[in-house]
Amino acid sequence: MTNQNAVEARNVIKAFGQGTSAVRALDDVSVNIQRGEFFTLLGPSGCGKTTLLRLIAGFEMPSGGTILLEGTDITYLPPNQRPVNTVFQSYALFPHLSVAQNISFGLEMQGKPAAEVKARTDKMLALVQMEAMAGRKTSQLSGGQQQRVALARALAPQPKVLLLDEPLSALDYKLRKEMQIELKRLQHETGITFVFVTHDQEEALTMSDRVGVMSAGKLQQVGTPREIYTRPVNRFVASFIGETNFLPASVVPGGVKLGCGAVIAVEGLSGQGATTLTIRPEQVRLVDAAEAEAIPATVTNLVYFGTDTHCYLALPDGAEVVARLQSPSNGEVGLQQGQKVALRFVPGAAQVLAD
Amino acid sequence: MTMSPAEIERDKASTRNAWALSTPALILLTFAACGPLFIMLVYSFLTKGQYGNVIGTFSLDGWRSILTSEDIFDPGVTVWADAHLSIFWRSVKLSVLTTILTLAIGFPTAWFIATRPPKSRPLWLFLITIPFWTNLLIRTVAIFEVIRNEGVINTLLIWASVISAPLQITYTDTAVFIGMVYVYLPLMVLPLFASIDRFDMRLIEAAHDLYASRMAVLRRVILPIVRPGVIAGSILVFVPSLGAVVTPRILGGGKNMMIGNFIELQFGQGRNWPLGAALSMTLLVIVTVALLFYVRVSSRENAHG
Ligand SMILES: Nc1ncnc2c1ncn2[C@@H]1O[C@H](COP(=O)(O)OP(=O)(O)OP(=O)(O)O)[C@@H](O)[C@H]1O
Ligand SMILES: [Mg+2]
Repeated sequence: MTNQNAVEARNVIKAFGQGTSAVRALDDVSVNIQRGEFFTLLGPSGCGKTTLLRLIAGFEMPSGGTILLEGTDITYLPPNQRPVNTVFQSYALFPHLSVAQNISFGLEMQGKPAAEVKARTDKMLALVQMEAMAGRKTSQLSGGQQQRVALARALAPQPKVLLLDEPLSALDYKLRKEMQIELKRLQHETGITFVFVTHDQEEALTMSDRVGVMSAGKLQQVGTPREIYTRPVNRFVASFIGETNFLPASVVPGGVKLGCGAVIAVEGLSGQGATTLTIRPEQVRLVDAAEAEAIPATVTNLVYFGTDTHCYLALPDGAEVVARLQSPSNGEVGLQQGQKVALRFVPGAAQVLAD
Repeated sequence: MTMSPAEIERDKASTRNAWALSTPALILLTFAACGPLFIMLVYSFLTKGQYGNVIGTFSLDGWRSILTSEDIFDPGVTVWADAHLSIFWRSVKLSVLTTILTLAIGFPTAWFIATRPPKSRPLWLFLITIPFWTNLLIRTVAIFEVIRNEGVINTLLIWASVISAPLQITYTDTAVFIGMVYVYLPLMVLPLFASIDRFDMRLIEAAHDLYASRMAVLRRVILPIVRPGVIAGSILVFVPSLGAVVTPRILGGGKNMMIGNFIELQFGQGRNWPLGAALSMTLLVIVTVALLFYVRVSSRENAHG
């Protein structure tokens, strides 16, 4: 039987410390990571991303729950017996070994024959374009080169799953962009399941097949970048991924009513009373005041961002809405502070959120 | 790349400065280390005086009597000086064993200290240095009290009926060995700690992640990286062990002499300064050869990874 799940976490709990000072770094986390996918764990600092990765790697044992690798229970297996490798945030390259020796370390430890070790090491060196530096000590490498060696070292034993804990956070912006493309290429060429940790939402959206958004030890939502962005399940996910407007509203037949009295049509509403409406800035349009469903507003501020201009608007009840307008070629959106305008939400874009 | 005249001038100036700064140390080294050594070298080639001291005529007797002596019953016939050879052998054997045992005890100790929370580390290091507060003689006498026939160990063992008669530990090689391990252990722990403290513990996880067993992590990652500490500690223990005087005299008695005692004897009751000087030079050669060998072997291991 082939199992489609590379990694499966079932009700995993991890507590640090004891008694009243105990911290629940992971609070009942369940997730299925599919074979061959680029899965990203995204969340703010301290939400438990590293902890989940360390449990999968075997550096830490969970306080409860089960972890399966391709259907086999590995919860209590030591790290050297798991076909899972890690790219550490600090790289953790062996300083006493050369680049090539670092890469062959895992293969040697697996007891592979010398010829195979050599062949695979050479292949890995080529894969990360480090052939010319094979003999160098790792201390003589730049950050980006160290990163490549760390990747090659972890990929060399052909693990079932590669774990990457914020591998790009130490790199500068330009190198980071390059390495993002490089990582995608490596994942594509090797076909290995990648579990990638980041707190950079842009990185998560551009690189991943699926994203798991975490907060306070809980997995809030798992889905494709598109799903996460367009259909966030709660307020945390909506605010953590991208920018968005939150407007207090109350449920009325056929939609929700904003504080200013405007009624917005929202599908599939359940429940009653007070709620929160969310709308992305790019889904807010400035329209002619005579248009149907137009809401009057006043421009309070304009912020130029190059391709976009953020237009801060005040609704009649004082609620604030940000609209993202595309900057015209001369950079002038033709608006002024204090100007009276009217806005509309793109139909179907507004959503009501659970908190 | 060629240097401009100004750069060359600056380069020369910095070299001059470096020499100027090291002058005091160089003067001290010349007079305090090289000077006495040179005097010893000269003495070893002179004739012994009747009441000690040396007479200014050239002689190889000092060097000759290191390994050979005149037959007592048959003057004029030279035979191997077995007593001297056994002193050399005992010294080297005990020093090597001391180095090995201090390493075996010192490594886990240093590891323990280096893995304590940073706040409590100074306390542990402080405890390690406490023995240095007391004179070596007193520490050795204290050890003597512990291991002598009526001492703590024998009293306890007899009281617990493990043995019926006291174990003779004092005045044996074992006693000297125990004493030297005790005295030199801190000299092993401190450099080991310095090395282990700088060791990045995350490398252990990295190695473990790459399928290394616990033993392989120790052999392939930890030991090669903390090797400078192991070498420094071994030198700091081996060198003074080989020249030890106080410990073997008190714990080994007159019978279980080491090179240090033997040299002392030549300058004292033996009244054979040339032999004493030649022995000192021999000790220096043994230490140098042993260290060169040790450093060679351990760096070769490193090259093999
Ligand atoms: N060894 C530990 N002992 C005690 N608490 C720990 C330990 N490791 C992690 N924690 C706690 O568990 C929580 C989650 O930590 P974790 O390192 O998983 O966060 P993270 O999401 O990786 O954050 P970051 O983005 O800052 O790396 C934090 O509150 C942290 O303080
Ligand atoms: Mg982390």
